[in-house]
Amino acid sequence: MDNKLKNIVLDHSDAIVKMWLEEFNTHKKQDYTSNISAEMFENTNREFVNVIFSSIENQGLSSDLDDFSERLINLGWPLGYLTDGMQVFRRVIVDFILKQSEQVDTDYFSEVLKKVDGWVDPIINQLVNEYSGSWEHIVSLQRVALQELSAPLIPVMENITIMPLIGTIDTERAKLIMENLLDGVIKHNAEVVLIDITGVPVVDTMVAHHIIQAAEAVRLIGSRCILVGIRPEIAQTIVNLGIDLGKFPTKSSLRKGFETALELTNRKIEDTQNRDADIEKLIDSLDGE
Amino acid sequence: MEFQSCVNIKKEWDIVGARQLGRDIARKIGFGTVDQARIATAISELARNIYLYAGTGKVCFEALEEIDRKGIAIIAMDDGPGIKEIGQVMEDGFSTSGGLGAGLPGVKRLMDEFDIHSEEGKGTEIRVVKWLR
Repeated sequence: MDNKLKNIVLDHSDAIVKMWLEEFNTHKKQDYTSNISAEMFENTNREFVNVIFSSIENQGLSSDLDDFSERLINLGWPLGYLTDGMQVFRRVIVDFILKQSEQVDTDYFSEVLKKVDGWVDPIINQLVNEYSGSWEHIVSLQRVALQELSAPLIPVMENITIMPLIGTIDTERAKLIMENLLDGVIKHNAEVVLIDITGVPVVDTMVAHHIIQAAEAVRLIGSRCILVGIRPEIAQTIVNLGIDLGKFPTKSSLRKGFETALELTNRKIEDTQNRDADIEKLIDSLDGE
Repeated sequence: MEFQSCVNIKKEWDIVGARQLGRDIARKIGFGTVDQARIATAISELARNIYLYAGTGKVCFEALEEIDRKGIAIIAMDDGPGIKEIGQVMEDGFSTSGGLGAGLPGVKRLMDEFDIHSEEGKGTEIRVVKWLR
């Protein structure tokens, strides 16, 4: 019985492939193939059905299937294409076997279904696993990448450190900001820390709360915090919300904040150009004598 | 009137989704950047309240159009525990979660209209409106 069914399928593989292609081509109108050329679609279909047959023939999953799914993942084909394909295959093959058999009773029918499921299901599982595995991999990579970007600390010069924040701040990120800020202040021996929120789209009470807490913690370890990059619209919403940011200095731009930070550490920016001009003037006046 | 569009709030990141959709709608209606920031902040507060206190709920948007004025309505709904003392939560500095306690009174100041209905054990519905000037 086992081999009989398998032989029926393998002997008539051409007919089954033809049926499958016909049936599956009607799916072509669905949007997942909208940006795939007709030729490409047909070639892939042929390859797909060959892969299915080879895995039925070998009584198990072949490395062909791995290669095939890996290539489709890399090309960005949707998983829906493969699962649809397998569902159509299941329908076609059950149809075909039942038509080939003279006598169909319930036992035989359930036997056929069981056998076909045994062929089709492992392939579907394998494909879904490959796809979801690749997604999970991408998501975990991106999470790591995001985490690395989420709370950077730049020691711009002695005693002054900047933390530029870009994007939404959620609770997890707020925690990370606090940790990195305190670690960085100790590590770089910073006297002044500038927190730049130019890139934070919305400052609501939660974000403000976290910033206030971070600034307070920085104060506790003996450094000062300046909040910079407050855009006019953010300033208005902060006032409307009634948030008190009076405990630490705030500035509209990083540049102004940096100047304040220099002042706080007893330094200032001087133009070397003017000095040169002064010296030249002095030399000129000397020459004149 | 435009159809209501809603965002379900289940995870913390849904707050961002609600905020972005609200900001888009506000921009389409014609709000300037300052009002867009106000609206986005109000949505953020309301959505965060759902996430923090009710767990799940939804935030809906409605573009309002009357003869002489246009605006946006934001409706935050949940089936959470409800609010026992509405008067208390509308006071500045009241918080049960250790936050700033500026959320709801702040939203009221950010927007033009503010309606709150809450029943203990049944849930809360807050409707706020911002008119375009």
